[in-house]
Amino acid sequence: MVDMENKEPIIKIEDLTMAYGDFVVMRDLNLTINRGDIFIIMGGSGCGKSTLLKHMIGLKKPAKGKVMYGEDDFWEMNEVQREILMRNFGILYQSGALWSSMTLAENIALPLEQHSQLSSTKILEQVELKLSLVGLSGFEDFYPSEISGGMRKRAGLARAMALDPELLFFDEPSAGLDPVSAKRLDDLILQLRESLGTTVVVVTHELASIFAIGNNCVFLDPISRTMLAQGDPNILLKENNDPNIQSFLRRGEI
Amino acid sequence: MPKSENHLKQGPDETLDIHLGGKWQLGRDNLSIRDVNLFLEQHPGTRRIIFNCKNLDAWDSSILTFLLSLIRIASRKNIQVEKDELPSGIQQLITLATAVPQKEDAKKSVPEPGFFETVGADTIRFVHSIGELMEFIGGAFLAVIKLFVRKPRFRSQDFWQFLMDAGARAVPIVSLISFLVGLILAFVGIMQLKLFGAQIFVADLVGIAMVRQMGAIMTGIIMAGRTGAAFASQLGTMQVNEEIDAFKTLAISPMEFLVLPRMLALTLMMPFLVLYADLMGVLGGALVAVGIFDISLPMYLTRTIEVVGLNDLFIGLFMGVVFGILISLSGCMRGIQCERSASAVGDAATSAVVTGIVAIIIATSVITILCDIIGI
Repeated sequence: MVDMENKEPIIKIEDLTMAYGDFVVMRDLNLTINRGDIFIIMGGSGCGKSTLLKHMIGLKKPAKGKVMYGEDDFWEMNEVQREILMRNFGILYQSGALWSSMTLAENIALPLEQHSQLSSTKILEQVELKLSLVGLSGFEDFYPSEISGGMRKRAGLARAMALDPELLFFDEPSAGLDPVSAKRLDDLILQLRESLGTTVVVVTHELASIFAIGNNCVFLDPISRTMLAQGDPNILLKENNDPNIQSFLRRGEI
Repeated sequence: MPKSENHLKQGPDETLDIHLGGKWQLGRDNLSIRDVNLFLEQHPGTRRIIFNCKNLDAWDSSILTFLLSLIRIASRKNIQVEKDELPSGIQQLITLATAVPQKEDAKKSVPEPGFFETVGADTIRFVHSIGELMEFIGGAFLAVIKLFVRKPRFRSQDFWQFLMDAGARAVPIVSLISFLVGLILAFVGIMQLKLFGAQIFVADLVGIAMVRQMGAIMTGIIMAGRTGAAFASQLGTMQVNEEIDAFKTLAISPMEFLVLPRMLALTLMMPFLVLYADLMGVLGGALVAVGIFDISLPMYLTRTIEVVGLNDLFIGLFMGVVFGILISLSGCMRGIQCERSASAVGDAATSAVVTGIVAIIIATSVITILCDIIGI
């Protein structure tokens, strides 16, 4: 069980500037994600939420600044350290990013085959468990092209959870899901945090999810190109006076 | 000028009165913004624009684009636009369209680069691409070394699949092309040799040319177009789908998982294909020699065996191995470098074939020169 009072920082972002070539997306980002947080990255579309996520998981190198995991800068680590760290990542991509030449079962089994010493029967059990958690039991032998977009997303989630990672990153998890599946996903995220102590970073702009699961968040503003606030979204809603944040959190109805 | 339903009129107090009427439809000529510009130039004192829409029957986006450019021009010239007379639907859509200000730096303004700029940019890109190439080759080499240290990270079923794709499935096209090349070589050669009554030497010509060079080169070019392009488009599509990102972030090296099995499979199969192509080429030559020019088959074959040495065969096979490495590396590299769009996948495949063929030609020259120096 996780001690919620124990606020140990797990990811720290210091002075981060994100840029594509000369085009600066965001600058001066400073934020801390604590162990056991469900951290929401929010902001209007096109403001760089997914780009921030890419910086956290090592797909994009910062133009300036650091992404710290514990005491270590992600981009200063050597290959072995980085590999050990990244084994603790579970990532759900916007489109699912399932490996299209493999069945769902193989997709989920691959991380286990690569990074654990489990026997093939044990791996199979894990695959069945993870698929049932996302409501896809029985779809083991389907290829990603044979299932719907929403199902692909859920299968991607099952793959992200394959190694029981300490850190889960979700890029717009509920986009394309029906309301019931979206709610189930929120419940699952909360459950993972409760039972396994997983830290979850979610890029989303679904207000219902933000308030239901988030206990920490950052608001990115595309106009000033930086973050406007960090904190519990429920508290931001009550106490923050920034018109952009208020308008976002109240669907523009201020 | 006959007054149409749409016209501009000068009103009192430096006002422009715009009458909008009839059907406004995309593709139908109504009032154009040029007319308004003209009017404003002729009446520089205009302070206000008002509308009269009594005769307006129907409208679509065309009237909106007209009004929006009108509003833009008016705001630049500090002219007040009174929208009250417009139908309420139009007013609402205009409000919507002007609600979010245009993002100034989002539009990409690309100034036309000059000659020197283009040459410079291309040179820089070329130098970068050499760096990338070296990095990729280095990575692939490390992956091969790791293969000896620990158990392979790729799945054996993938490897078998690639072996079949790069081997057995390529046999028909390799047969066809190398048979034809042997046939053509023989035909062209024999025409010349006949002049000296030396037809039998066509066996030397076809045998040595095929076994030492042509078998490997033709197979290489076929495989660059067939398998190299396939590798590039497979990996390119995976790049587009974020599948390669998914490998990276799961700490599974794309180099070891994706590139290595492809490279091993093609490099392993190439010598076999080359050997087979050699055989087909000699048979093609034999068909011409025996079928058209009355050389007996045993004679042709004996002559071939006499003149083609083992070193010729090994040079050909060695070239096959080298081509296998080059083709698979260029295919995989272009695939992994692919950008995120459908056309980028096409570009990656094209570029893989071009890179592969260029690499084959360069390698052939180098190997030929080296063989000449060592004297084999």
